[in-house]
Amino acid sequence: MKYIDEFRDRDLARTLAAAIAAAADPARDYNFMEFCGGHTHAIFRYGVQDLVPANVRFVHGPGCPVCILPARRLDDAIELAERHGVILCSYGDMLRVPGTGRRSLLKAKADGADIRMVYSTLDALDIARANPGREVVFLGIGFETTTPPSAVAIVQAEAEGLGNFSVFCNHVLTPPAIRHILEAPEIDPGQAARLDGFLGPSHVSTVIGSRPYEFLAARYAKPVVIAGFEPLDVMQSVLMLIHQVNQGRVAVENQYTRVVTRDGNAKAQQLMDCVFELRPSFEWRGLGSVPESALAIRADYAAFDAEKRFALSEKQSREIKSCECPAILRGVKKPKDCRLFGKACTPETPMGACMVSSEGACAAYWTYRRLETLAEMAAE
Amino acid sequence: MCLAIPALVTALHDGAMASVSVGGIAKQVSTALLEEVAVGDYVLLHVGYALHRVSEEEARRTLAMMAEAGLLQAEVADMAQMTGIAGVTP
Amino acid sequence: MTIPLPDLSGSVDMSHGGGGRAMARLIRDIFLRHLANPLLDQGHDAARVDVGSGRIAVTTDAHVISPLFFPGGDIGSLAVHGTLNDLAMAGARPVALTAAFIIEEGFPLADLDRIAASMGRASRDAGVPVATGDTKVVERGKGDGVFITTSGIGVVPEAVDISPRRLRPGQAILLSGPIGDHGIAILSRRQGLEFGTEIRSDSAALHRMVADMVAAVPGIAVLRDPTRGGLSATLNELAGAADVGMLLDERAIPVRPEVAAACELLGLDPLNVANEGKLVCVCEPEDAETLLAVMRDHAEGRDAARIGHVTVGQPGLVRMTTAIGGQRVVDWLSGEQLPRIC
Repeated sequence: MKYIDEFRDRDLARTLAAAIAAAADPARDYNFMEFCGGHTHAIFRYGVQDLVPANVRFVHGPGCPVCILPARRLDDAIELAERHGVILCSYGDMLRVPGTGRRSLLKAKADGADIRMVYSTLDALDIARANPGREVVFLGIGFETTTPPSAVAIVQAEAEGLGNFSVFCNHVLTPPAIRHILEAPEIDPGQAARLDGFLGPSHVSTVIGSRPYEFLAARYAKPVVIAGFEPLDVMQSVLMLIHQVNQGRVAVENQYTRVVTRDGNAKAQQLMDCVFELRPSFEWRGLGSVPESALAIRADYAAFDAEKRFALSEKQSREIKSCECPAILRGVKKPKDCRLFGKACTPETPMGACMVSSEGACAAYWTYRRLETLAEMAAE
Repeated sequence: MCLAIPALVTALHDGAMASVSVGGIAKQVSTALLEEVAVGDYVLLHVGYALHRVSEEEARRTLAMMAEAGLLQAEVADMAQMTGIAGVTP
Repeated sequence: MTIPLPDLSGSVDMSHGGGGRAMARLIRDIFLRHLANPLLDQGHDAARVDVGSGRIAVTTDAHVISPLFFPGGDIGSLAVHGTLNDLAMAGARPVALTAAFIIEEGFPLADLDRIAASMGRASRDAGVPVATGDTKVVERGKGDGVFITTSGIGVVPEAVDISPRRLRPGQAILLSGPIGDHGIAILSRRQGLEFGTEIRSDSAALHRMVADMVAAVPGIAVLRDPTRGGLSATLNELAGAADVGMLLDERAIPVRPEVAAACELLGLDPLNVANEGKLVCVCEPEDAETLLAVMRDHAEGRDAARIGHVTVGQPGLVRMTTAIGGQRVVDWLSGEQLPRIC
């Protein structure tokens, strides 16, 4: 596959590994947060950790929209299907995530709710056209990469007069989340200090550009390298971060130049702005309430807003005690620090979002590094 | 997050749609998020939408820089030895 | 016995399952017409089969696949191949098959005929007859079109002793060909995921290839076909059953470029995708080249490759050297692999 295979080349990996080993100062640690769950997955799937020295560490961030969706929003989605009888369309990722009482969309489907997995909002629009007598709701999740497709769907629905289509909007924003992590010092004074830099999200940046991260460098003195999705991209980005740290530089650098520019995709940004507006605050599973971090559908498009079309009951999110997802999502703890990991909490019986989503830190550790993690837990 | 994959545009259609090929797999996708697109372009595909054109020149440059990483490090190391910069290991 | 072409324009109804004339006509017009052979033609409730002396292998499988028809096959051919392969994985020479049908009221006769024809073809091509069968009809809504259960009996040659307990560190792990074809072919037809592809299911009968393998190296330790759950499930099962470790080389595992691309598109790992015409073989390292040569002599094994070996350390764990030279654990999926966007 063009633009993929070249960035998984073993010889280049070796070259980069040698360069990283030479650049990393053995007298210090480097802690880089990869914000994006896709990067967490790539790091584990390719064993990137084996190719960097032990003093270069990845801290897993909360960039997993599946992981951070609060249980009660998921309960809302289930309620739409069960109580309001809508056809609920969802990306595959959400189907197994447990809401309150361990109930998932898949379980609700087994109980008779009309829940359908789709690859794209295009498919959801098709379902709405094919079922004019039914309400069709699309469960919108994801960061700025996935938001424009929801915007296009709403605009398209309006143009066609597709009156039975709406979106249940849970789209969230990346820069506010990163800012929230760095401002967490009130909760954990040592946290921000422990991070030496960020691997910026690949495809969010395709849409929003590299400019929105410049505040991180300016305000928090943290280097950022916008990293591509393939393992060689991650490695080259780590090298660039190490150079910045060694040279005492703080800048936003772009490694993923083949699809990321400073300005991003203006058309996509305009569309998002046209359809969505900022929520004053939004609850993130694990991070609590984060101000101005999520989007709602504008009044102009209220007809396509599932929250306006359907009366949803008030809900309280209840998390399982002892579940360390909140701390793990903030990068403050690791899966081995959670008492439930590997015992009560496994991919078969997930207690929290970090284990359900295949890119959640706990799922990644379980799948790829289970033995080491359990051994570390036993040793402590 | 955000699985996106480079895809080759093979045909353009009305209604801001296009046919693309990903390693031989054919898919109908939306080009509503692109300013301009032409047959033969590579675009980044995410949930059925083309998000951005992939730049061939930048891809090549990135790979070349990766290949040079080893050489560059050697140069930096030489410089460090000559000027005694702390924290740079030869 | 030539059975004239029946009227296939209607659909199955409850009378076809009633045991009366309608059912007898259905069995004759569709099943006997396509599956006829001396054993089936005995016409008794049980067929008498001559197996000679030797150890008997027996297997059974229920097939509930949806969609019923897919590129490269259908539920009928899949059922025949699947059961033949189960026998082959025990090192057995298949002797006869059985086929039981549970058909939903309203199922088109034309589709049933198509499936029976496909089974007949698969059975004749494989040289293994369907010796006996059964037919039931359930009310509309109580079945998914048609369910097929097949059983098979075979004979295991004298010197063959295939079992996970024979796995030992140092043995070679061989794979008969590229993985992921079947699962991707099925997905490409699934609602909401349609994509245009030439990928066909790899559904195939492997018993002839296995017969040659077992003749060349009777001491093969293990044969297993990586069906549901893919290669990762099969290898984890074996490693767990035998309490050994395994180390694979990602670059040695064959995957067709289109299958790899489809997996990238949907966020799937080819290691977890189902196959219906592949096998894993574990053997002594000195026998690996011989067995690879035997496999490559068959169409089903043309791309056979050595993908790893059984290890001393870390029992029960399957590890893999990744494409870029790192290492990771190849885990067993907890549920069905779902396409993802993240």
